[in-house]
Amino acid sequence: MDLTTPRKLETPYQADALDLRLLAAIQDGLPIAPHPYADIAARIGISEQAVLERLAALQHAGIIKRFGVVVRHHELGIAANAMVVWDVADTQVDQLGPCLANFEFVTLCYRRPRRLPQWRYNLYCMIHGKSRDEVLAHLTHMIQSCGLEDLPHEVLFSKRRFKQRGAAYFPAPVLAEP
Amino acid sequence: MNNIDQRLLNDYQHGFPLSAAPYADIAHELGITEDEVLTRLQALKASGAISRIGAVVRPNTIGVSTLAAIQAPTEELERIAAIVSAFPEVNHNYEREHAINLWFVITARNALHRAQVLTNIAAQTGYAVHSFPLERDFHIDLGFELKWT
Repeated sequence: MDLTTPRKLETPYQADALDLRLLAAIQDGLPIAPHPYADIAARIGISEQAVLERLAALQHAGIIKRFGVVVRHHELGIAANAMVVWDVADTQVDQLGPCLANFEFVTLCYRRPRRLPQWRYNLYCMIHGKSRDEVLAHLTHMIQSCGLEDLPHEVLFSKRRFKQRGAAYFPAPVLAEP
Repeated sequence: MNNIDQRLLNDYQHGFPLSAAPYADIAHELGITEDEVLTRLQALKASGAISRIGAVVRPNTIGVSTLAAIQAPTEELERIAAIVSAFPEVNHNYEREHAINLWFVITARNALHRAQVLTNIAAQTGYAVHSFPLERDFHIDLGFELKWT
């Protein structure tokens, strides 16, 4: 037994091959039909009850972080979005992240590695709004609320959307791996 | 957009019913028929307002992902974007206002597969691909509160 690795109190749920097939079967969306889970169950050869139990377990484990209607902001009049990137001291970034992530107009907030010398930024957030001006007003509010006045940052508004869909999960090759 | 459509879009972004007849459950909550729920959701999907009803998977729990970017000359951008979008491993691909102007997300089976995709995109486009893999996720995803005024 490896005593150098701290033990976690709970055993994390491990998605198995059937979970991956299930996620692959719903990656283009649940059928909009009276019994969608039964339809999915028939497609992958398990019971409807097993589909429901697995989806609940995947959510409980945090592997599915959200299950429901996925909207397209742009089509709903939330036409502007900007990826705002920040250069935060490595010792502060994990404390600051939750503040940026907590606004209702923020949909993503991640720490990512710098790529010096070309790219100094290590904290990213996505800000949405009806217009550029609204996004910039949200940004001003964020800067004031989180005390970001002195942090170097850049605002990368989106222009053209070339592709947008849910991630694909490539179930077959995963099944082939140990 | 009427009030029922607004509630269908806003209220079921998370915690979608896990039951034999989820659309009937929603119909009951909204005081309309199951048929009306189905018809309205199909129309919202056809119009593009709904991308899908389904799971948003936490990054790097199933497979591995990365945010990648290319600095593309303006006159080359569309050609390069089309090459990038053609990869099944790419799920988002946007032009952004910056010298590094093409930003896309790659989701792959594992780190080796991800590295192969990055290499292949660089080879096929002829441009260097920057990769910024996620180190920590700070956001709790409850969907996006839609406000109609």
